[in-house]
Amino acid sequence: MSAIATPPAEVSLTKSPGRWISQHLDALPTAASVVIFIGMIIFGEVAYGHIVQASTLSNLLINNAHLVILAVALTFVILTGGIDLSVGAIIAFSSVAGVMLINAGWNPWLVVVLMILIGSAFGLIAGVLVQFFGVQPFIATLAMMFLGRGLASILSTVPERLPDDSAFRSLGTQWKVIDGPKVNDLIITPGVLIAVAVVLLAFWMLHRTRMGRTVYAIGGSEQSAALMGLPVTATKVWVYVISGSLSGLAAVVYTARLGSAQNITGIGWELDAIAAAVIGGTLLLGGAGFVLGSVIGALVLGLMNVLITRDGSIPPEATTIITGGILLVFVLLQRAVLAKQRE
Amino acid sequence: MTDSDSGFVGFVKAFARRQYFWGIVAIILLLVVNLLKDPTYLAITVSGSGNLVGNLIDILRAAAPIMMIAVGMCLVVATGGIDLSVGSVMAVAGAVAMEFLASAGGSVASAFGALGLVILVSGALGLVNGLLVSVVGLQPFISTLILMLAGRGLAKVITGGQNTAANNEAFNWIANGRVLGLPVVFILALIIVIVVGLVVRRSALGLMIEAIGMDAKAARLAGVNRRALLFAVYIIGGILAGIAGVFATASVMTVDISRTGYQLELDAILAVVIGGTSLAGGKFNISGAAIGALLIATLDKTVVFLGVSSSATPAFKAIIIVVLCLLQSERVRNLIRRRRTVPDVTKEVVPV
Repeated sequence: MSAIATPPAEVSLTKSPGRWISQHLDALPTAASVVIFIGMIIFGEVAYGHIVQASTLSNLLINNAHLVILAVALTFVILTGGIDLSVGAIIAFSSVAGVMLINAGWNPWLVVVLMILIGSAFGLIAGVLVQFFGVQPFIATLAMMFLGRGLASILSTVPERLPDDSAFRSLGTQWKVIDGPKVNDLIITPGVLIAVAVVLLAFWMLHRTRMGRTVYAIGGSEQSAALMGLPVTATKVWVYVISGSLSGLAAVVYTARLGSAQNITGIGWELDAIAAAVIGGTLLLGGAGFVLGSVIGALVLGLMNVLITRDGSIPPEATTIITGGILLVFVLLQRAVLAKQRE
Repeated sequence: MTDSDSGFVGFVKAFARRQYFWGIVAIILLLVVNLLKDPTYLAITVSGSGNLVGNLIDILRAAAPIMMIAVGMCLVVATGGIDLSVGSVMAVAGAVAMEFLASAGGSVASAFGALGLVILVSGALGLVNGLLVSVVGLQPFISTLILMLAGRGLAKVITGGQNTAANNEAFNWIANGRVLGLPVVFILALIIVIVVGLVVRRSALGLMIEAIGMDAKAARLAGVNRRALLFAVYIIGGILAGIAGVFATASVMTVDISRTGYQLELDAILAVVIGGTSLAGGKFNISGAAIGALLIATLDKTVVFLGVSSSATPAFKAIIIVVLCLLQSERVRNLIRRRRTVPDVTKEVVPV
């Protein structure tokens, strides 16, 4: 997957495992997250049981589909060396607006498109601020975060419920793929399929298209990318638009699953999404990282929540501390890897 | 700020150039809006016990915690950093103080104990930020973002998920007491602002902080101890946020772990930007930040006074900060400058 950074010819030249590792240091955090994920599953299975079974794993996917989408969104932005703090607030505004429109009698599918477009609009504003007016990414998206939260609060401060018969809810229907014994079924929802499609599309875009290469190039060095004649300006704006649109899509998936929306939905999800991307091996300085890694990162966080719930002795309030701690550890790991690479 | 004009016109021009001038203009505008809705808005009456009562006094009281975090943020921003954790540090400080007071009782000594504990804890949180930024070399917004989100979790763990309340008259006096008819919090905040301002401006500290923000490498070559200064700045920022947390919780003697200091990091950033401190770092303006804090308090009160839900204020603030960032950006400045140059080409030699 790191073929962008190292030409294939060079890879085949390396024989010893030590050299291979030192040349693929940027994949180390991703490898670490895969190991952690597998370790968590084994630990959970041994300590609490009922982890490696169809229902738990499909619930893991269903409950974290929105987080996977957000992690993909953040991967795009972070790869260019930027950041998007507005994803949680976009979800709040988009979902509250969407549910209210449906309650007002709008066509649900039109509303779905609108919800995504709301996200795109936020992303576009952030991107234009960053690219054309030199505003730092975290300031621009922080402003969007507060704008989204504020607008959502203007719309409503109470939970808005979707009507029970709304076609919008069909996005959250649970399809039994394999009917297992008792409740141990392999279940899938349209939301999960959407998340998978997003991941595949993002993977294709980042690794197989010119735009994807430009994204990596900007993160590596924006100046060099511009000097090479790559469309830096357009790509950077696009990255924020993509991030915003994906947040809108995440709002659709989440709202369809939950059936209601509130202005406080999604507080702190920006940390989860950033943590997912970083755990998955995306370098916060930009230029290195993988979409599939971010998916693993999101699943690690989701599994952590499951384990904390199963354990019961860790107060749920401590979850954000643990997430922050994990993020910190991985950021430090990145620093160490970077320092090693410079040697 | 070199202006060729002299005399009164020059003074007025120089004053108008200062960015916090527009902050003052905005405060006056907001007050006028309120005055239009209620002609007695600005009235200050003297209550029976000799205290000044009125909306303006309320604004001063509300401005106190924002002033604290704004001043801390101002210094952090000057180094080219940012502190997104101030709101959460406020919550942690409030939680620590309330938990301590709930068990220590209502004596004056325990109030001082709570204060000391708050300064210790918030200073420690600032130390963590400083450590991550200066020693580990993380980007400031990531280091402080971690604390911003983990800090609220920490506050919840400290109080066990409860909104702890406590009784302590001395502690309550900090927020609700009066000296010479003015709220104690505002006087305290003003004193702290002046002290910090004097310390950094009357010594070389301010220059060194700015030097880091302008060009970290050049500063190091000039012998500035970057590491120690960054530590100092983030610790001061943490302690000031802790004091802000005390101000915010002492008035109701309850810490609301999910609302105390919530989203106040934007207020602090906004106050700093309004005060003319560039977010790019390299210069700062403490009095400007204090005026920015006053403006935000006025804005908060105005929005509520006009009958808009207070949870909607972030939207207004976001719009203001976007506009201010646009005004600070090169592109817009060039546009404005070009328009100005057309009638008078010779004046454009002066760099802004």
